[in-house]
Amino acid sequence: MKELMLGNAAVARGLYEAGCAVISSYPGTPSTEITEEAVKYDEIYCEWAPNEKVAMEAAFGACLAGKRAFCGMKHVGLNVAADPLYTMSYTGVNAGLVIGVADDAGMHSSQNEQDSRHHAIAAKVPMLEPSDSAEALAFAKLAYDLSEEFDTPVLLKMCTRVSHSQAVVETSARVEPPVKPYEKNIAKYVMMPGNAKRRHPVVEERTRKLTAWAETAPVNRVEMGGTALGIITASTSYQYVKEVFGDSVSVLKLGMTNPLPVDLIKDFAAKVDKLAVVEELDPIIEDHCRKLGLEVRGKDVLPMVDEFSQNLVAAALGGTVHTGKALSDAIPPRPPVMCAGCPHRGLFYTLNKNKCTVLGDIGCYTLGAVAPLAAMEMTLCMGGSLSAIHGFNKALGGESEGKTVAVIGDSTFMHSGMTGLANIAYNQSNSTVIILDNSITGMTGHQQNPTTGYNIKGDPAGKIDLEALCRAMGFQRVRVVDPYDLAACDQAVKEELAAAEPSVIISRRPCALLKYVKHQPPLAVDSEKCKSCKACMKIGCPAISMKGGKAKVDNTLCVGCGVCEQLCAFGAFHSTGKEG
Amino acid sequence: METKNIMIVGVGGQGSLLASKLLGHLLMGQGYDVKVSEVHGMSQRGGSVVTYVRYGDKVYSPVIDKGEAHCIVSFELLEAARWLEYLRPDGQIVTSKQQIDPMPVITGAAAYPEELVEKMRAAGAKVDALDCLALAEKAGSSKAVNLVLMGRLSHYFDFPEAVWQEAIEACVPAKFLELNKTAFQLGKNA
Repeated sequence: MKELMLGNAAVARGLYEAGCAVISSYPGTPSTEITEEAVKYDEIYCEWAPNEKVAMEAAFGACLAGKRAFCGMKHVGLNVAADPLYTMSYTGVNAGLVIGVADDAGMHSSQNEQDSRHHAIAAKVPMLEPSDSAEALAFAKLAYDLSEEFDTPVLLKMCTRVSHSQAVVETSARVEPPVKPYEKNIAKYVMMPGNAKRRHPVVEERTRKLTAWAETAPVNRVEMGGTALGIITASTSYQYVKEVFGDSVSVLKLGMTNPLPVDLIKDFAAKVDKLAVVEELDPIIEDHCRKLGLEVRGKDVLPMVDEFSQNLVAAALGGTVHTGKALSDAIPPRPPVMCAGCPHRGLFYTLNKNKCTVLGDIGCYTLGAVAPLAAMEMTLCMGGSLSAIHGFNKALGGESEGKTVAVIGDSTFMHSGMTGLANIAYNQSNSTVIILDNSITGMTGHQQNPTTGYNIKGDPAGKIDLEALCRAMGFQRVRVVDPYDLAACDQAVKEELAAAEPSVIISRRPCALLKYVKHQPPLAVDSEKCKSCKACMKIGCPAISMKGGKAKVDNTLCVGCGVCEQLCAFGAFHSTGKEG
Repeated sequence: METKNIMIVGVGGQGSLLASKLLGHLLMGQGYDVKVSEVHGMSQRGGSVVTYVRYGDKVYSPVIDKGEAHCIVSFELLEAARWLEYLRPDGQIVTSKQQIDPMPVITGAAAYPEELVEKMRAAGAKVDALDCLALAEKAGSSKAVNLVLMGRLSHYFDFPEAVWQEAIEACVPAKFLELNKTAFQLGKNA
């Protein structure tokens, strides 16, 4: 059957058709929907793990036990899971193991723009790169065949434009591969030095075999056209090349980007007058061509940064560039903002007001760095805030302890905040940690996590008690505040910063976008009472603006959280009393 | 046939995903090759969002570039102006007149430009602007702006009415079907 399918949904379909039985993932844009779509197939067990490393190890366990397994993550998640990946390359697999990793060229929703192909090269595992939904489905299935034939985990590399574009796919039925019985094999699966030394040559030999496979594999295909220019390309870049040049150039389209073929590339180069490589981010295929002694254009005319488009490729390589007409007016930017009623807002207002130094983390609350709240001064990686505040306070001692806080979300805390907290408890820095518990993984679109009490299907699951966990680590000062209550937030922050021992504040209120959260009637402003002081504008609520010098509430956005009301010294805000 | 390009632009949370789903379904049903590219994640938090819909005999790129859009459907006036450069010289804009202040305007760091419809027309664009929010509310919900816009957009295609109706029935939950059909008609007849 033909249907229009999101790239990530097509991966899920491919996993289903290939007989995948176990999926363990951690959400991360643009990879999240692979697992969210896979959970709709009853034949596949799916879960959200606390982080990518745990997910990959769980998937490895499932493949070791004899069933085809998968784990999905975004590019930076693969850094977290790099440890098991690099050694799984040595152990190989039992049943097939596929790892989905989604890069984010253009950084639509990421903190860096790293190129995951480096991990494939360094870990010495094969990587397939689909260029649309149909290939996403087909390559997911092929990945299992390769994994089992060559005894290796296989990386399936997506990117934002393949993950989040819908294209036409043709689906087929699921196969149920027989369970591969688990057999004790200490030499293969226990990677202590003596065994690992014997496995490393196996890895090198496997790469030689995979390179030979790549020379004739149908996924690496030549599309001969005009021979004045030959372009080697992969992933979404292939689509831009075909869009611009059609059959006027010849194309070598690589479906497998690690290991890269040698003779196939040399033969292709010999058939064209000039050679170019079109690849987003780093010059990996290009460098490979240079090592083969080929003269090639690439990053001399194409950027190392950001994502590509047809105009960009056309401008670099002599195609037709389209142009349009812009207005001469300056168009104000529209950056993402914390939603109206976001529980993080009150807490960040408090931190700004108290002039705290705020070391932050990854999540919706990173938007706390945006004006007018501007209350976050560092964001590095998942869990980085808790480790960094410890180092910050160890470096400055009393100078920083009384005014520095770390903020981290509930899901990020479960991901990799706990170990940072353990360091604070163990090596004793007087640090103040704030866990922003909005009872969900927010930014990636509402995924459950170990603190919510529900699993990926929304069914009841284990629930980790944050207060008990922090106390068990040795924190005596653990308190919970409601971030809608500004006075309580202010008191908690002041007291815990002043305390002579480390403390944890849990700022707890569910995300305002959760379906079960009941909203209060929207507020309105009495323009007689409004003195135009703009105190309410300090919280950066998208529902409040100044119209004709007076504050005005947009009643289609306001959820009645009442934070603005607490800031108004003149009592100008009042409830409309109607359900919002 | 040459690939046709439709952009759907607006503010994160306005419901552009239903509009692109409906168009994707309709165009697939007409036998075209179709690609629809969406934005997920951080940009959805009240930021500027864009969805690309492309169809034809064979569609390669999932995105639409500057000077390529045959039509821009906009949920918000400033967003229509922001993406104007993506319109072809003979392109059509179908936009809601609704104005939503972005944060730099709310904080006073920037001003919301005035008379945008006139300025876009002066730049050579064909602009069809209507009060979609009022029409959606008339249909029964402010959330039906997407169907009002689709109703208006239907003027610029040769597809029979039944094709649109079938797409609406396939993409909208049964509970909201009548409301959305009303919104579509109000947009179409506006």
